[in-house]
Amino acid sequence: MSTIAITIISLCAIGIVSAVILYFVAQKFKVEEDPRIDIVEGLLPGANCGGCGYPGCRGLAEAAVKSDTLEGIMCPVGGAPTMSKVAAALGREASAQAPKIAVVRCNGNCENRPRTSIYDGARSCAIEHSLYAGDTACGYGCLGCGDCVAACQFDAIHLDPTTQLPSVDDDKCVACGACVKACPRNIIELRNKGIKDRRVFVCCVNKDKGAVARKACKAACIGCGKCAKECPFEAITVENNLAYIDFNKCRLCRKCVSACPTGAIHEVNFPPRKIETDAVKTNNESI
Amino acid sequence: MLKTFKIGGVHPPENKLSAGSKIQALPIPEQVIIPLSQHIGAPATPVVQKGDNVKVGQLIAGASGFVSANIHSSVSGTVVSIDNITDAAGLSKPAITIQVEGDEWIDDIDRSEKILNSNNLTKEEIIKAITAAGIVGMGGATFPTQVKLTPPPGSKAEFLIINGVECEPYLTSDHRVMLEKAEEVLIGVQLLMKAIGVQRAIIGIENNKPDAIEHLKQLASKTIGIEICPLKLKYPQGGEKQLIQATTGRTVPSGGLPIAVGAVVQNIGTALAVYEAVIKHKPLIERVVTVTGKSLARPGNYLCRLGTPISKLIEAAGGVPENTAKVIGGGPMMGRTIVNIDSPIMKGTSGILIISNKEAARKPVRECIRCGKCVSACPMGLEPYLLAKLSMFNLLERMEEEKVMDCIECGSCSFTCPSTRPLLDYIRLGKGRTGAMIRNRKK
Repeated sequence: MSTIAITIISLCAIGIVSAVILYFVAQKFKVEEDPRIDIVEGLLPGANCGGCGYPGCRGLAEAAVKSDTLEGIMCPVGGAPTMSKVAAALGREASAQAPKIAVVRCNGNCENRPRTSIYDGARSCAIEHSLYAGDTACGYGCLGCGDCVAACQFDAIHLDPTTQLPSVDDDKCVACGACVKACPRNIIELRNKGIKDRRVFVCCVNKDKGAVARKACKAACIGCGKCAKECPFEAITVENNLAYIDFNKCRLCRKCVSACPTGAIHEVNFPPRKIETDAVKTNNESI
Repeated sequence: MLKTFKIGGVHPPENKLSAGSKIQALPIPEQVIIPLSQHIGAPATPVVQKGDNVKVGQLIAGASGFVSANIHSSVSGTVVSIDNITDAAGLSKPAITIQVEGDEWIDDIDRSEKILNSNNLTKEEIIKAITAAGIVGMGGATFPTQVKLTPPPGSKAEFLIINGVECEPYLTSDHRVMLEKAEEVLIGVQLLMKAIGVQRAIIGIENNKPDAIEHLKQLASKTIGIEICPLKLKYPQGGEKQLIQATTGRTVPSGGLPIAVGAVVQNIGTALAVYEAVIKHKPLIERVVTVTGKSLARPGNYLCRLGTPISKLIEAAGGVPENTAKVIGGGPMMGRTIVNIDSPIMKGTSGILIISNKEAARKPVRECIRCGKCVSACPMGLEPYLLAKLSMFNLLERMEEEKVMDCIECGSCSFTCPSTRPLLDYIRLGKGRTGAMIRNRKK
């Protein structure tokens, strides 16, 4: 009986002494931290995705508290509403930034881009990319092993079972850029979400010469430059046999979409076009 | 007791189907495609233009840096294009295409069969001739030979090791060269010894080639300083570091070059090319290629001009069999699948292997059962299961600590895995990324 009592008493004594020592040590070596960091961190979504470029949400909170202006600090997950809350908490002005979204720039589905070989190696785009051109003749296009799908923490990108290409869920994508980094072929790009989610973009990254690109894929950009000539806002540049639309200059007029001979330029979320009869067309042109 | 390297190694089935067939010269094709990047290092710069007439042996692209190599025309005819072509991996790569007209050689080249030797060449003259001829490591690594012969300051070579191991299953091109061109090879070895200033050369040959060992032993007895070292059969004995360990017992330190232990390693094919370049003034324009496969009608060894389409070689060996699943450039262990058989034979193409449907079928990938077979198979003493897992999670710093950069990509781990896991695929990916990380850090 006395053994148990001695044990309990001595353990309690050790505990109390340690607690007292720890209290004084904690007081002595206290780390002064700006309390606002905790407040800002509380406002952030807490996804710790790293999409902002900082190591997790706390990293962004620290950077936001330290910086005088909030310029260049943007939480892609929370977007403008979160950033304005952060700005209010810190008594600063939020820098406006257009919301972005991940865009997959390849339309090489089975119909457009016939398979030329069977890849039976490890299911990883990065590995397939390091080995050869891929299971089609296009050395630039999507490999379809889903590295981007695995990288997405928001369940926003999936391989379409019919096209075997990744498709982005507009509502779920937060533009953290994880898929952009995961894609070994740089097919995915973060572009402005656009007014009413309307976007126009070149859905191809093939830099081969026109004939080679077209042979590999029916929907390839052949670098003909028709779109660049058609564009009234000088938003389109053609480099290395590939057209690129600058989303900051594009005014969504869609003239390039109709000009493209291979259908490589895509428009999304636009209302259906009015069907122009030939007569109306010539009439319009003559005016 | 025969020598071999100390740790790891596997025993894949040998399948040396073409070991008995003599080297045959392949007819010159109608057109050759000569890529500008056939070696490790900077691609060569073209020195001819479209429409130019070229002769056999004429320089068509010059080395563009220290680690680079000259490229010569392997045929005579007209340059029809200098443009991107689709290479064996299906990617666009710059190349010179030449339409063949006749077979006119440049005058300097001695085309006689007579075996000559020359003792009055200096070290510098030999290296100069090798550089001019655009010789690269013929075993497949295609590292420019002159770079290997110029050791970094402060290091000294003690011996030359000649790689006659040919540990890759199926391949027999080096074996046939050792049998049919032994005298030339030995003169090449002597020239290489002189070029690096050593008195001793060791030719390592695995004991599955007793005829080559016997033949070379006989001829080497007439020379000074060349010894033949028969080796116990084990893959990957042809790896530079493994071969040094097997023949000399010395271990190249982690991250070090062979010169750190005083060794310079060259391939049998390279020795032959050195002989031809220095004595006969013939640049590297042709090589022996093994065309093989169980389903192939006539597996054999062919002497072909560089730039010959792979399809021509397969045709000569009986054409692509119907049940072909894969065509591999190199051997089955380290070779790479060829998706475009119209792509050309290059300086480093040692073999073309045809794999039938039945052989190509892969077993399903299952979970790692931690049996440790890959660890005991790894000739570099690494832990492949761990490296592959780290690569999957992209933990590059950890991979560096685990010495991923020592991996020689021999594939012993993938070969031995009972769960058929693609270990090497992941390790190679991680190694590439880790290498990039290290290079960025140095900047």
